[in-house]
Amino acid sequence: MIELTVNRKKRRYRGPSFKRLLDVLREDFELTGTKEGCGEGECGACTVLLDGEPVNSCLVPVAQAEGSRVETVESLGASSRLSPLQQSFLEEGGAQCGICTPGMLMTAWAYVRGGGPADPESVRTALAGNLCRCTGYQHIVAAVVETAKREKRKRARAR
Amino acid sequence: MRGDPGSMTLLRPRSVEEALGLYAANPGAVPLAGGTDFMVAWNAGEANGRTILDLSRLGAWKRIAVTATGVRVGSLVTHRELQRHPLVRRRLPLLAQACGTIGGHQIQARGTLGGNIANASPAGDTFPPLAVYEARVRLRSAGESRTLPFLEVFTGVKKTALADGELIDSIEIDFPRRPTRESFRKVGTRAASAIAKTVAAGLLWLSSDGRIREVRFALGSMAPTVRRLHSVESLLAGKRPTSRLVEQAADLLENDVSPIDDLRSTRAYRLEVSRNLLRAFLSSGLTR
Repeated sequence: MIELTVNRKKRRYRGPSFKRLLDVLREDFELTGTKEGCGEGECGACTVLLDGEPVNSCLVPVAQAEGSRVETVESLGASSRLSPLQQSFLEEGGAQCGICTPGMLMTAWAYVRGGGPADPESVRTALAGNLCRCTGYQHIVAAVVETAKREKRKRARAR
Repeated sequence: MRGDPGSMTLLRPRSVEEALGLYAANPGAVPLAGGTDFMVAWNAGEANGRTILDLSRLGAWKRIAVTATGVRVGSLVTHRELQRHPLVRRRLPLLAQACGTIGGHQIQARGTLGGNIANASPAGDTFPPLAVYEARVRLRSAGESRTLPFLEVFTGVKKTALADGELIDSIEIDFPRRPTRESFRKVGTRAASAIAKTVAAGLLWLSSDGRIREVRFALGSMAPTVRRLHSVESLLAGKRPTSRLVEQAADLLENDVSPIDDLRSTRAYRLEVSRNLLRAFLSSGLTR
């Protein structure tokens, strides 16, 4: 049995310990927000946060996530109550076909939460491991830049 | 055919000693660090039925220790951690920069320095920096340990000098005296998340009289293993940097490498771009 924390809830997994984290999330925990794109660590569609860092969940055997904190796109918000980053993707048109979106959101969220700079160049570098087949990069970058700016203002006010 | 988790045998040691014992008893096992290379093959169904030695619980190999002369990087330290380490950034900037060009954030967060070395890709981005910093690689097996100069670890494409039952313990890197010039350059198809067509690292020290005291220059993706340009380095040592000397150095570059045509680039392109990287490293602001 493997224990891990997924979206702040303790979860137990029983099954082959070499199963990919991606498949455990989707099949065993029924969190189907995380998508499989290429299955070879190139596209980033399956990105989740593992102890706060973006990782490709298609390259992580679940055993290696034992005792770790996993965050998936389901942790960000619900359709009735979007997170500021999701709201920004919606406003800027940062989603087209949607397959890359959950992974984009998770990498972007780690970046924004970590206080990443609100300039397009830095955002592009941070998102280099996430591919969009619709090539809607301009709008995605704009959405992340906008959220990073808002986050900075929020922090400045809190200080 | 896909990866079949039910076909795999997983060994999960909790300590280095236990890992070395398990590896000695299971010489066919695949040591698994961050999995960023192995899992790609496994997902494609190319590695079913294997025994895996999972190293993810070995906390002792996940630390960067500061020594009297530099740092000792545990083999399981990730590229992300190296890139963020203040002392690595300040004193070993070429290594920090190289770590920032490996894949995207996701790969940097999982891939480890020891895994990168054990994998022995000709295109390993950290290898030219480790070659010019003259790193040492500490290896351990049950009851034994030895240290190899970095360049001696590699014996061919994806081949290393690691013996049966041997794992990489750590990578020792001394801080160099402050170089006059240092440079890391990677040329790939994209600015990030691309495998190198050629990748270069250089360190150069000038004497007070303006002559080159010492220069170290290494290239990756230009031969089966990373190469130091020994012919170029000895040509330059003790001489004043002139544009004529730079051209002589560029002509000599071919002596120490053997690039090939492959899916990422051509021999001719790799040579020309590598010569340009060497010219750029030696020229701007240095020559008269």
